[in-house]
This record gives sequence, C-alpha cells and structure tokens, in this order.
Amino acid sequence: MSVDLNKKILDASKLYLILNRLASQLFENHNDFSNTVLIGIQPRGKILSKKIKYLLESIHDIKDIKLGFLDITFFRDDFGRENKVLNANKTSIDFSIENMTVVLIDDVLYTGRSVTAALSALQSFGRPARVELLSLIDRRFSRHLPIQPDYCGCQVDSINNQRVTVKWKEIDGEDSVYLYIKNDK
Amino acid sequence: MINKLSISNLLGIKYLNEDDIYLIFETARNFKEVINRKIKKVPSLRDITIANLFFENSTRTKISFELAQKRLSADVVNFSSSSSSISKGETLADTVNNILSMKVDMVVMRHPSPGASVFLANNIDSCIVNAGDGCHEHPTQALLDSFTLVENLGDLNGKKIVIVGDILHSRVALSNIFAFKKLGAEVKVCGPKSLIPKYINKLGVDFEPNFELALNWCDVASMLRIQNERMIQSCFPSTREYAKEFGLNKKKLLKLNKEIIITHPGPINRGVELSSDVIDSGKTVILDQVENGVAIRMAVMYLLASRL
Repeated sequence: MSVDLNKKILDASKLYLILNRLASQLFENHNDFSNTVLIGIQPRGKILSKKIKYLLESIHDIKDIKLGFLDITFFRDDFGRENKVLNANKTSIDFSIENMTVVLIDDVLYTGRSVTAALSALQSFGRPARVELLSLIDRRFSRHLPIQPDYCGCQVDSINNQRVTVKWKEIDGEDSVYLYIKNDK
Repeated sequence: MINKLSISNLLGIKYLNEDDIYLIFETARNFKEVINRKIKKVPSLRDITIANLFFENSTRTKISFELAQKRLSADVVNFSSSSSSISKGETLADTVNNILSMKVDMVVMRHPSPGASVFLANNIDSCIVNAGDGCHEHPTQALLDSFTLVENLGDLNGKKIVIVGDILHSRVALSNIFAFKKLGAEVKVCGPKSLIPKYINKLGVDFEPNFELALNWCDVASMLRIQNERMIQSCFPSTREYAKEFGLNKKKLLKLNKEIIITHPGPINRGVELSSDVIDSGKTVILDQVENGVAIRMAVMYLLASRL
C-alpha cells in the first residue's frame, strides 16, 4: 500500500476559525456547562476536545468544564474481522455522566461505527440525559449507520478510496486537514 | 510498541518475548480500568466460545479466568475431570477434540501433567491457554505477578527478586523465573536444598540457602506455597521447622532496614510461608495480584482471540 499526499483542504487559519465557531455554538447551547461534559473519543478526538475546552475557557470565560477521554477499542464491531489487532488507549473519565448532557467529540465522522461504539462504551459510566456529537469533519456520503453530527466543522464529500486526515501541531507538526487518495496495491 | 503477539497459544512464558509481555501489560492496564467501572463488561469477545478444562483443582485461577471471559462477553463452558468421561478412559486429545467439534474457539486448560498444554497444542487445531500444567509452567500467574511488580516498581530492570520455598514442585516458580529474567530482574531462589531443582543454575538463577541474607539482598520476596500434594516423600523434617527457617514473619521484616514487596500466588498456608501478622498487615500485594489476575487474563484472551 502506498499513500500519496493529495490535497490540503483546510489550513491552520481556516481550522482556527472553524474551532472558534464550534466553541461558540457549544457556548450558545450549553451556557455555563454546569450540566454538560465534553468527552473526546480516543485517540484522535482527544486533542480536538482539549482545544475546544481551551477555547471555551479562554474566549467565553467558562470555568471548570469537565473533560474526559473515552477509548472505544473494546466496543468496536470489527474485532477479529480485519487482519489487525485493535490496540487500546487510555480511558479517563473521572466524573459521573448520570443525567448530564454529554458532547462526544471526534475529528472525522466517516461510517458512524466509531460513534456507535462510543455510545455503547458510554453506558458503562452512567445514563446521560442527552448525548450530542461534535465532529470536525463530516464525510457525509460515507455513512454505514444512521448517525449525524449536532455540531459539524466542515463537510467533505469523498469517495471510498479517499482518506481524510486531521493533523495537529502537537503531534504532527502542523494544524491542517488533508484529503488523500489511498492506493491499495 | 508491537500490536500483535508473536504466539498463537499461551503455553508458557518461555515462548514469549519481551515485547509480547509489554503488549500484554499495556492491554491489561486498559482492562484494569474497565473492571473498575460501574459496568465492568465489554463486548469484544461476544462471538467467541471458550472452554475451561480443569483436570486439576483450582479456585482462584478458575474464577479469575471465568470472570475475565464473562467481562469480555465470551460464551463459556466449564469442564472438570471428576465429572467427565476421562474417568471412562477417554484420552486427553479425544476429549478436547470432541469439545472442539462443538465449535469452541479457545481452550483454557489446567492439567496435572507437565507439558500437557504443549502436547495439546501439537495435536489440536485450536487456541490453547495454559492455566497450569503440573510442575511445568503457569504463565498467566507469572504475568500477573510481574505486572503487579511493574505497577509498584516502575519496571523490573535491575531489581532483585528472591523466590522462596518449594521451587522444585512449583510451576509458578519456573514461569516467574522466565518472566522476571526477560524483564531484566536479578533472580535468586531460597529454600530447603531438597526443594531446589538441580538445574537451577542453568536458568541463570543463584541459590541462596540463608533466608535472612536473601531478604537483605532483595527488593521483592516472592513467597511460594509448599506443595504437599506433589511431594512423593517429605522434603523437610517438619512444617514447624520450615516455617522457622523460611517462613516470613513480622519479626524478620522488622529486622530489615528497608521496605520490600511481598508477593504470594495463593493459596497461602497461614503460619507456614507467611505468618498471619504479615498477611494481615496490608504490606503485601497479594490482593492486588488477584485483582490484576482478571485484567491480565482478559488481555491474554483478547490478544489471542484477535488472531483467530
């Protein structure tokens, strides 16, 4: 398999604008976040959720937003079906989600299977009053399941052999979003 | 870090490499978080069926494996030799083949004969997990012991571990020696000479006959149970004398000018290898070992099942 760099669809400045808009939309709906918690889906939703929390705290001056990270590996529906082992990441949710509004945060919404797994995994931590989904990128024509985001940064129309990758400065050296063509040889 | 075990059966620590052990630890760490949740179950192995074949008595290991399987949502069938057709003369391979023909994906087996799991792996087309075979190996126990020590010490590199007691009849001792050495620890054994195997030096392990010197040397004392059921004849004059020489009590601990970690795989002969004042002092990690046992077994079965 070889992966060719194809197209940068978002650069750092556009990404920053989108993150600001998403934070403002969350602020509009959740006010002081006293009944709302943010949960980033491991691994790629972790950094996005931290950035959203930072923007809510710094721009909208909200204090003590609860942020947790949820690993969905053990809840995935492709265990043993693909020729790969699913390695887990750390889950850290040190608060109750009982009767809270949970905002699930992930970078790319593709088939919807990760979000379904996240909804199953979430049940281990209590019964939330409501669950919302924030996704930076929505690959809207690729869904396998009836899952839609409540907050969407950018919609990308892509075909199945394309991949969307969100890069973050902290781990990848730049803030950007790329559309790749994946060639299986 | 690797993302796949190099083995397709867990027959012994001897067959694992260091990367395998760390992958199991990393996965177990995540499962430990899972089993401390309010809802302790994950659906990973929901279409996997596991048979627990226990040809020898077990309390802890059997419960631990079964809990681990149930926490992973696997279907479980249990078998014990006392109520089976083994007593009618059926061979081990035939018994297991019959069970496998009922579409079982994985076999967890404890057997009194050393090498039984290796024999089975050579003759059966299924995934085998050794839950203890005679005096040979008990790999999941060694993994949970090492995992508990890594949690307490950070890593085992250069750490000094003494294994005390019935080394000759203990499968835990052999598996622990392999595991501790693969993780970089220095290992000594201590106990009556009659309970030390002659080949011990070939494993890269020194024999220290003096328990007091061994305690002064070590960071970790891994105490073992005297396995009376495996002894053909008594290997020491009396239990009382054994307890006096090689039993760990509060008095011996107070004489040390340092803190050491005390482990025991259970079941404990109270007053023989460990005195009650040590067991109940809260200074041992015995119950941590039991908790970690479930997480380690979940990790092992999860990683092996992903290769099916």
